[in-house]
Amino acid sequence: MSNEHYSLHINGTDHQVQDAWIGESLLYVLRERLGLPGAKGACEQGECGSCTVYLDGQPVCSCLVMAASVTECQIATVEGLRPDGGLTDVQESFLSEGAVQCGFCTPGLVMAVHHLLDTNPSPTELEVKEAISGNICRCTGYGRIFAAVEAVVVQRGNR
Amino acid sequence: MPIYTPTSVREATEIFAENPEAMLLAGGTDFMVEVNFNHRKPSSVINLARVNELKSWHLDTQTSVIRIGATVPFSQFESSEFEQLSPALSHAARTVGSPQIRNTASIGGNLGTCSPAGDSLPVLFALDAQIEIASLQGTRSLSIHDFMLGPKRNALSVGEIVAAITIPVASGFQDYAKVGVRNAMVISIASACFALQDNQCRIALGSVGPTIIRCNEAEKFLQDYITQSSPPDLETIREFSRLAAVAAQPIDDHRSTATYRRHAIEVLARRLAMRSFSL
Repeated sequence: MSNEHYSLHINGTDHQVQDAWIGESLLYVLRERLGLPGAKGACEQGECGSCTVYLDGQPVCSCLVMAASVTECQIATVEGLRPDGGLTDVQESFLSEGAVQCGFCTPGLVMAVHHLLDTNPSPTELEVKEAISGNICRCTGYGRIFAAVEAVVVQRGNR
Repeated sequence: MPIYTPTSVREATEIFAENPEAMLLAGGTDFMVEVNFNHRKPSSVINLARVNELKSWHLDTQTSVIRIGATVPFSQFESSEFEQLSPALSHAARTVGSPQIRNTASIGGNLGTCSPAGDSLPVLFALDAQIEIASLQGTRSLSIHDFMLGPKRNALSVGEIVAAITIPVASGFQDYAKVGVRNAMVISIASACFALQDNQCRIALGSVGPTIIRCNEAEKFLQDYITQSSPPDLETIREFSRLAAVAAQPIDDHRSTATYRRHAIEVLARRLAMRSFSL
């Protein structure tokens, strides 16, 4: 055990982390030390995707990232999608299509879907399934989530 | 500082020599699970993320050998460029975890953890991969067959780091298949890599023994048909897959039973061989 001081670059801002244990995950540091609770903690072993954030633009499970090891990375969380506090088109679509029930998986899914549509603006159903295969939802049965993704694709004029 | 961030392999080996108790951190997707569940309490960590020479792969066109840096994440093997060079490793990579996991988990991590369920390992065994190992004393190269010693046991000595993996460019059909409870985010219950490399039949099995298993009898049996002019028929492939299943050494555990695993190997071996001969 050892005290650590380091800085993380999150959503375009530097955040200081003090007196942290080296083994703390990025998820823990975001939620418990930096007051960014958007990423959710559920399985703590990379199975559920509810803690999805971007590391240098790529979706990763923040529960499996050692926070002290990513001091030189650009980190983006669900809070950073719309810094003004508003909702993105993906978030609006999740609401209007009924893709949010208990809501626990939603931030992770929103991150996965934003990344998918940024890199592949008109995905096939199979591509959507693969892109969200690391995000588990126990409420919706996924049908409403696929509908929400499709609605954004149409709304953005890509289908 | 309990976390070291070297920028070269040389520097990493120097730090490791001074701190032999340190944990090597690549993608962290195995390691952090152990930390999160209090199975491991690292006192110091060597973070390999900034060692550029470990982060990329290169094709040597002279020798048709692919040299893969240890911290290359699985997502990089999914590219069509890489898939053309090594279909089996590309397809195996695509079965690892989820997109989130593949963006961080590295091939060197598969070697460090050395789980019989590591998805890249049957491919490395089928292709007789060489593992480049670096330490303060220099580098040495070890066959994958000598590297993996048992479940979660490898031949690395104190102070040694996996630097790179070399495999030949595919010279014939090769593919990887696995069985698990779902398509994504699953640890394999049984897996197999089948390759026709330099006209040699190779098949390696994962999750059905203490190490990856090469099926010598099955390979020898099918080899006779490969060197003949007419391709094997379905009955020949059935016999091949039966021999592959005989080579498996599965056990019952929390993921599956020995009986089911052996059955799954027979099915996987048959499917891969049929694909290879377009049957």
